[in-house]
Amino acid sequence: MDVNLTRRQILLASAIAGAGISFPRVAFAAGQQKRFVFVLQRGAADGLSLVQPHGDPALRALRERLVDEDARPLDGFFALHPALEQTAAMFASGEARAWHAVATGYRARSHFDAQNVLESGHAEPYASDTGWLGRLLPLLPGTPGALALSAAVPLTLRGSLPVGTYAPSRLPDPSEDLLARVAMLYGEDAQLGPLWEEAMRTRMVASDIGENAGRNGQQVGELASSLMMADRGPRVMMVETGGWDTHQAQPARLATQLRGLDGLLGALRTGLGDAWRDTLVLVATEFGRTAAINGSLGTDHGTASAALLLGGGLPPGDKVIADWPGLGAAQLHQNRDLRPTGDLLALATGAVADHFGINRDRALAALRG
Amino acid sequence: MTDTASIANDRFGLGARPETRVPGDVRGWLAEQLRAFEPNPTDISDLASTADLITDLAESRGMMQAARRSGSSQSQDEVRQARLEVTRRDRRNAFAAGAARLRIAAQSETPLAERLVHFWSNHFAVSAERLPVRSLAADYEFRAIRGNLTGNFADMLRAAIGHPAMLTFLDQTRSAGPNSALISRINARRNNTQLGLNENLAREVLELHTLGVRSGYTQDDVEELARALTGWTVAGFARGGMRRFVDGEPGETVFIPELHEPGARTVLGKRYPEVGEAQALAILGDLALHPATARHLATKLARHFIADVPPQSAIVRLERAYLDSGGELGAVYDALIDAPEVWSAPRDKFRTPWDWIVATVRTLGPNAIPRNPQALHRLFEMLGQPVWQPGNPSGWGDVASDWASPGALLSRVEIANRLTMSAPRNARGHFDPRSLAQSVLGEALQPATAEAIARAEAPGMGVALLLSSPEFMRR
Repeated sequence: MDVNLTRRQILLASAIAGAGISFPRVAFAAGQQKRFVFVLQRGAADGLSLVQPHGDPALRALRERLVDEDARPLDGFFALHPALEQTAAMFASGEARAWHAVATGYRARSHFDAQNVLESGHAEPYASDTGWLGRLLPLLPGTPGALALSAAVPLTLRGSLPVGTYAPSRLPDPSEDLLARVAMLYGEDAQLGPLWEEAMRTRMVASDIGENAGRNGQQVGELASSLMMADRGPRVMMVETGGWDTHQAQPARLATQLRGLDGLLGALRTGLGDAWRDTLVLVATEFGRTAAINGSLGTDHGTASAALLLGGGLPPGDKVIADWPGLGAAQLHQNRDLRPTGDLLALATGAVADHFGINRDRALAALRG
Repeated sequence: MTDTASIANDRFGLGARPETRVPGDVRGWLAEQLRAFEPNPTDISDLASTADLITDLAESRGMMQAARRSGSSQSQDEVRQARLEVTRRDRRNAFAAGAARLRIAAQSETPLAERLVHFWSNHFAVSAERLPVRSLAADYEFRAIRGNLTGNFADMLRAAIGHPAMLTFLDQTRSAGPNSALISRINARRNNTQLGLNENLAREVLELHTLGVRSGYTQDDVEELARALTGWTVAGFARGGMRRFVDGEPGETVFIPELHEPGARTVLGKRYPEVGEAQALAILGDLALHPATARHLATKLARHFIADVPPQSAIVRLERAYLDSGGELGAVYDALIDAPEVWSAPRDKFRTPWDWIVATVRTLGPNAIPRNPQALHRLFEMLGQPVWQPGNPSGWGDVASDWASPGALLSRVEIANRLTMSAPRNARGHFDPRSLAQSVLGEALQPATAEAIARAEAPGMGVALLLSSPEFMRR
């Protein structure tokens, strides 16, 4: 991702102008300097690797080879994936916490349906044209501008207010024809075929945070924070990341992904400077992955996962918040997945409401839209 | 071309050029490449001298410190300007060196030897994001690696470990014997910051360069090797209170007896008497010949040349050649060329971004890629493998899961598209993508790919499909 500042500013200005939003230059009331960033992990991130329940007696029997013994201890029971170096420092200083065993109300295992539920906030997939964050935007003090780091406005942010988009483009796009021909070339290839399908699915996403040894994640974080810190920049932002669907070779792929996520979060914190105190970041995925390892050193689609909450002004609390369901055979959901014990969307909405100082009930009403 | 020719070209080499003609004696051709290898091609000797760069860099550092001490803001500004200029020049030179590396690889008539240069350079990885390693990385590969490519591993080990790039990258310039003549005197006068041992280099020597991780050495071995290595440092770049005691041309490796930890050392149960700088050299020599080192190197070579999960038989074969010859790399390469596993393993090694670009340039010719070295550097960054910047001492990964990802594939297709948007030509006129595919992939070309290339709507797209094809993504 290589964007020069001038182009960035021009695009940002047009995004905001296109959105028809004006911002008061001074005199912020309470809540008006608050910021929120939603990092969506598309593809089902493995919560049991992200925040590893080392204290659960059933963990190692299920997935010995996916357990990182060098994970960073959080509280004597949970440990943070070793690739999350800067995030671990934020945990240590009370600037990060995790929710574990959380999920939306969706209980089947389709990526697309589950992402639709997570984004719309509705119990059923494809029941709404607007997203939970889009419906919350009008309730937030000072009408914060909103921007998505993607080519189109993601469902999450759709609502009554216009939202800007910004998609960094690196190269002239190959023609759809060439892409289709490449898809044919890879069609019978067991390795390249699925990778290419995934590439086509996430092509428009500012994702690939794990590319370039994780540095792309850092660049995305730098871009996001510089866009937010620009004069009259947006105070609500959504960043979509892909590459979490780790059916095979999970340890290496997930470590790369998480290095990217770590770079992204670290760059956000650094780039936002003093504004980090007023910023809340949510990292969440559509569902978790199977508790047990599969035959290709990976995991398959599951149910509950973990979400991260970060910010310079997090209220005090435990490092990991979970009503831990346990990983014993009888405790698993359908005998295979981490059982959800927390409602991800309700928790997220509550956190956003508290952060911006708005009434929780009004926010939850907007969530259920 | 026979099947073995495409293995010789792609698995052993760096990809065929359209004009490559593999002779009937394929193995003899590979062996001859090792003999004909040119350690110092003109592309390298044309580059700016590393010694000059380092001298300027060290001088500007010294001037900066002097200006800071003087407290004059005007002279600080001037020095900062001068320093900025040195840094800028250094960046330009680093890009130029990276471009030279690609040029050498793309035009090489001894591609097996060049692949081995890249392999060993990655085995002894330094990462050149920051100064002064950035100034030294090219010289490191060009001298320590190229200069010892076909000799004894112990010599390459000593050259790599003793090169200023490695010594600065792994903090040897911060290490000194706590009981050495100088440090005990300095520390006696201080009560807060104590100078002493830095084990970074010693640990990586054992873990990455020789024995391999979890091969049985202990923390005591790491510390003993670190003690033996004290005294080695780089003139002009020693840290903290040690700086003024280190003489020599800036950027030159020196041994300062007054920084060396006195006494005998014990590593892996063997005792090494105190003999100054020869102590560490003796330990390195024994480490090079250790069976764990043989196993470690044999495994990495087999993984690189045969398969992500290499067959045990091949590892044993290479290991034996290594031990029987006392670490002679030429004997190991001969064993590799003769290993039946290399010739029978399926074409499953996913090309790294570096490999893929080199093969692309060998296919399209040198004019197909950006002429500007900085643009070239960005191209490698985009693909996730900037030259000499793996970011860590363990180097770039060497298995498909390190590189085969959705984003990586898309980037390659995007780049293939861009490089072929105007149909490439050779000296004789237009490329016909069908014959180009046949000449660079040979027997590896699959009918489905040949058909897709033949059906492309324009020659440029045909070549883009060739570069994107599953066969071209692998070797």
